[in-house]
Amino acid sequence: MAHVPSEKHTPLILSVDGVTKSFDGFKAINDLNFYLEEGELRTVIGPNGAGKSTFMDLITARTKPDSGRIRYHQDDGSDVDLTRVREHQVSQLGIGRKFQNPTIYKSHTVYDNLQLSLSGKRGLLSSLFYKETKENRDKIYDVLETIRLSEFADRLAGSLSHGQKQWLEIGMLLAQDPKIMLVDEPAAGMSDEETDRTGELLLSLEGKHSLIVIEHDMEFVRQIARRVTVLHQGHVLKEGSFDFVRSDPEVIEVYLGRQTRNH
Amino acid sequence: MNIFDNKIEFRGFLIGALVLVFLLPMLNALTSPDSFLHVSSFQLSLWGKYVTYAVLAMSLNILWGYTGLLCLCQSLFFALGAYAFGMYLVLHIGIDEVYNTPLPVFMDFQGYTELPWYWAPFEYGAFAVFAAMAIPGVVALIFGILVFRSRIKGVYFSIITQALTYALMLLFFKNNLELFGQSYILFGGNNGLNDFKEIFGADVDSASTQRWLFIGSVLLMLSVYLLVAWVLKTKFGKVQQAIRDSENRIRFSGYSTTSYKLLIFTVCAMIAGAAGALYVPQVGGINANEMTPAKSLDVVVWVAFGGRGTKFGPVLGAVVVSVLKSFFLRAAPDSWLIILGAIFIFTVLFMPNGLVGLPQQLKPWIDRLKSRKATTSPVS
Repeated sequence: MAHVPSEKHTPLILSVDGVTKSFDGFKAINDLNFYLEEGELRTVIGPNGAGKSTFMDLITARTKPDSGRIRYHQDDGSDVDLTRVREHQVSQLGIGRKFQNPTIYKSHTVYDNLQLSLSGKRGLLSSLFYKETKENRDKIYDVLETIRLSEFADRLAGSLSHGQKQWLEIGMLLAQDPKIMLVDEPAAGMSDEETDRTGELLLSLEGKHSLIVIEHDMEFVRQIARRVTVLHQGHVLKEGSFDFVRSDPEVIEVYLGRQTRNH
Repeated sequence: MNIFDNKIEFRGFLIGALVLVFLLPMLNALTSPDSFLHVSSFQLSLWGKYVTYAVLAMSLNILWGYTGLLCLCQSLFFALGAYAFGMYLVLHIGIDEVYNTPLPVFMDFQGYTELPWYWAPFEYGAFAVFAAMAIPGVVALIFGILVFRSRIKGVYFSIITQALTYALMLLFFKNNLELFGQSYILFGGNNGLNDFKEIFGADVDSASTQRWLFIGSVLLMLSVYLLVAWVLKTKFGKVQQAIRDSENRIRFSGYSTTSYKLLIFTVCAMIAGAAGALYVPQVGGINANEMTPAKSLDVVVWVAFGGRGTKFGPVLGAVVVSVLKSFFLRAAPDSWLIILGAIFIFTVLFMPNGLVGLPQQLKPWIDRLKSRKATTSPVS
């Protein structure tokens, strides 16, 4: 029941066609179809075990699907089959991923964290003889500005607050100039104010990058939601606006209902 | 680009280099044995041995301290280098007087009358020096490809490197290897290689040879130090530490952590091999005891005790622990293992940053003491 765009107003950047992935017989992803438009901010929600993380693993070539295709449509019109690339090549293609727990380099400064993520050559020799240019520096300061950590540039990343770490990791993605950003639960463990700011940050990236945001917190989803995809048992259950999805009885049953019952 | 952190480090390095490269050898060569300033040849070669240990510790620190790979086969690479160079030395003993054979005696015992082909190139010193680094390097490269490509990390990496050490140790303890119906002579079995006479045409035990070996060991140590200091200032060094702190993240940032780890592992094996090659003529022999897993664990203690992930810590740790060991083995031989264990436990519990980190660690205490004194002392 995925939304297959019939009129191509905006070109697609990512197509997931009929993908299935099972672990020991359990179908974590079951015939999944998913299409992302260029510059779109998409929110993916779903109860625990709906396959959200596996979905991201598949796009980032961390796991390979049993069947189906995952195509990444590049600017030059060519397609890349993401099921056939290696993990570290995915980011060079322009796909960045933010993990659920903030993963940053704790014993490096905030500045160095971004420097390591900056797009550019990744080889052994090029990193041994890397010379920082003014362009590199400007880019890093730009990103610092965007994630509002300019004043913390020289701080060790390990000493940042939880929220700041999450922003830093988003900044690390930005430094890579990704086409697609996969953001896994960015607001987890944040205070209300931090959550608000994170929402603003993500909204400001819409249009410049294509984003897939996985989120649990419904308040946060309401803030950032454009089109929402609901995953359930590894399959797209519903797709549409926040209000459409939230009032859908099926969605309420599998997800929202469960959440209200829990609370 | 200045590779030193600050002026103090630069001066310390310079002074250390001058003292070790010029002062100590000169005190050995130029002063009379009765003089108060004299450094005996025994002392010099003892310290030469410690210096090769320091290099070994530095190689482990690059892996463990900076890349997060707790490698338990550094002593194996050290011993492989020592064996490679020891093969050259043992081939230059000349004709044995007792058994009247030009071959190493252990070959004679096994009934060999001529040198096996795989021993032949080791007659050449240059080849042996090359092999002392290349053999550990190749072993590390092949083993590393298998291990890193299958993403074996953490404690599993440690265990598998220890298993490699153990396997090769068993092999080196053998006198002979029976393979496909062919018998191959190995490396002297239990006794290993020893009783050397000549090195590059000079008497291996002479004072001047030992002096040059000491200077060579120090130069190796200084170069490794400079290498570490330089790499730390490059982006490569940052990637290395990022692998330690968050390997998933750095891989998703597009770095092939496998190739980084592989290069580091191989280079560290070569450094350890070079240290081993300098160790063997100064100590006068090498045998498979140097390959026991416990030897690699010793290196871990040195690094932890001195200060893991610091440039000078491993040097300090290797030297201090070795000096303590020399002392206790003479004073109370049976107590050494207990003391070594105690040092390690103490380090883990109370000195997470090792000796080098101690001033930093004690600073708050000292500050508090000072401020208490300041508040209790009467204001005059």
